[in-house]
Amino acid sequence: MGGVREITFAEATREAMEEEMARDRTVFLMGEDIAKQGGIFGQFKGLAERFGRERVRDTPISEPTLVGAALGAALVGARPVLDIHFADFLLLAMDELANQAASLRYMSGGRLKVPLVIRAPDGAIRSAAAHHSKSLEALFLHLPGFKVVAPATPKDAKGLLKAAIRSDDPVLYLEHKALYTRKGPVPEGEVLTPIGRAEVVREGRDVTLVSYSLTLYKALEAARQLEEDGISAEVVDLKTLYPLDWDTLLASAEKTGRMVVAHEAWRFLGPGAEISATLGEKLWNRLQAPVVRVGAAHVPIPFSPPLEERVIPQVADLVRAAKEVLTWR
Amino acid sequence: MDRLNLYRLMYRIRRFEERVEKLFQAGKIPGFVHLYIGQEAVAVGVLAHRRPGDYLTSTHRGHGHALAAGVDPRAMMAELFGRATGVCRGKGGSMHLFDPDRGMLGANGIVAGGIPIAVGAGLGLRLLGQTGVVFAFFGDGALGRGVLHEGLNLAALWRLPVLFILENNGYASTTAHAESHAFRVEDLVRAYGLPFRQADGQDVEEVYSAVADLLQGVRGEGGPAFLEARTYRFKGHYVGDPERYRSREEVAQARMRDPVSLARQRLLAAGVGEKAIKTLEGEEDALLEEAVTFAELSPWPDPDEALQGLFAEEVRDYPWEG
Repeated sequence: MGGVREITFAEATREAMEEEMARDRTVFLMGEDIAKQGGIFGQFKGLAERFGRERVRDTPISEPTLVGAALGAALVGARPVLDIHFADFLLLAMDELANQAASLRYMSGGRLKVPLVIRAPDGAIRSAAAHHSKSLEALFLHLPGFKVVAPATPKDAKGLLKAAIRSDDPVLYLEHKALYTRKGPVPEGEVLTPIGRAEVVREGRDVTLVSYSLTLYKALEAARQLEEDGISAEVVDLKTLYPLDWDTLLASAEKTGRMVVAHEAWRFLGPGAEISATLGEKLWNRLQAPVVRVGAAHVPIPFSPPLEERVIPQVADLVRAAKEVLTWR
Repeated sequence: MDRLNLYRLMYRIRRFEERVEKLFQAGKIPGFVHLYIGQEAVAVGVLAHRRPGDYLTSTHRGHGHALAAGVDPRAMMAELFGRATGVCRGKGGSMHLFDPDRGMLGANGIVAGGIPIAVGAGLGLRLLGQTGVVFAFFGDGALGRGVLHEGLNLAALWRLPVLFILENNGYASTTAHAESHAFRVEDLVRAYGLPFRQADGQDVEEVYSAVADLLQGVRGEGGPAFLEARTYRFKGHYVGDPERYRSREEVAQARMRDPVSLARQRLLAAGVGEKAIKTLEGEEDALLEEAVTFAELSPWPDPDEALQGLFAEEVRDYPWEG
């Protein structure tokens, strides 16, 4: 018992679904192309065969009604997991997401319970261009009522999906498309990653790089390159974007005094803006430099590879940002 | 069919709303109020079929649905007043009444907003192996929303236990039905293969019978069905609506067929004595007074209540604050 295997992010999420569906009869899964096809990224392979087409449902392309229907099922006591093909398509269902799913518990004076999980592949990959590449977390962070998680590793992909399914609140589970094939160690048996907890994944003294999802790997690579220049960078994986783990962020900021926040979401009013502003308010006299943000340029994600690369934060951008906070005075 | 109880609920809704209109005009009820007066026979005729384990979704004109579903008039009135004792602790208000104990999954400020939720509730009941049905109320404005079309498709495709109830009162806000819809409702519904019935929405017994027929299929095989109740709202879209989009003559004409009066006449014709009816009305009048007094005497919510109840467990944006 207790072994650790290397499996992919997609396999880890498939395991999470399988275990939760086996554990709890009320959990079900629906979305486009998930039953017969096993999901466009293979993350649902075999689930329909094991649990049947009632609990693993292919759906028509009707995002608003799918979100609303998942919500309705949650309100009567089921635990739906809704797969949205691409996070961009969440925008089709904004009423059902923002006015309904996020709000109903509050509006009802806490009388309704909304155990709803929405999985949405996000991020830019291989020139998918503007309709299949967006990172929309800032939008949902700005709408009270969602918990928003964005795992980077297969272990957290599994652990956060399981935690999301067990949560009695609406959880938006964002999975970067470039991560599905990434392998990593995942323990055998139960894996749960608590919602709302970040992790220092690399200890450092001079500067902290804060990130999540795919950009975490760019932060780790940036930290490696900085080390060659004798700079010790700490790296924090946020994992959950709402609620944010301020304790971990504040502790790391106190420790290094220099912070860089990097993400694929647009920099303008992105998650980094909130983190930067809050750390500034809370620690202004203990930070050695302003918090620097790295995020996507304020344009739709373009098609051509060099254009896409220019818009999305790269390792060099993180290295440059780290050096900027280190030399600030 | 319990005619006396049908009448009781219609009378309750009518008096409740007449009083709400006055209280709103007197500044006692904040926000906006959309009255259901004139449409009482629809909510009552439909929801008389409600059983434990059934659910309903409603509209921004939801007082009638809530009362017909058995929501306590006291807690409802307190909610309209924005008091702590309200059915949603003062967080919903007139347009957003919820009462899961009565299967009420919400009045909804978004036109057609309840439709996908109703479809999903039907799916949830099916998956959980429960036998209830879902009553989805919406107005003719919802016919323009994509989610109605998507919802009909999904409910038909998956044979979900949902009764769609179109309350066609002729106007979406101020726009007449014919000015915004290029299709006949029946053709739309038939395209998705749902059983369809039309009923005179001013006649509670006709609504009741039509729903009885449709529900045989919905409860039996679990497939959806569709009722179009032709009705009329006697009041404006909202309290204060100058109603420039329709003539006084048209409204006066429609008022000739008042569903509450019609139901009362039916009772008399069926041999229920005037005295018995008066007794019932007196009971309802007393209940309404009690509801108004309850609301007026109820405390305002503690302002900090505004910060509670977003999530099932407590979450604080900034843990070091307050």
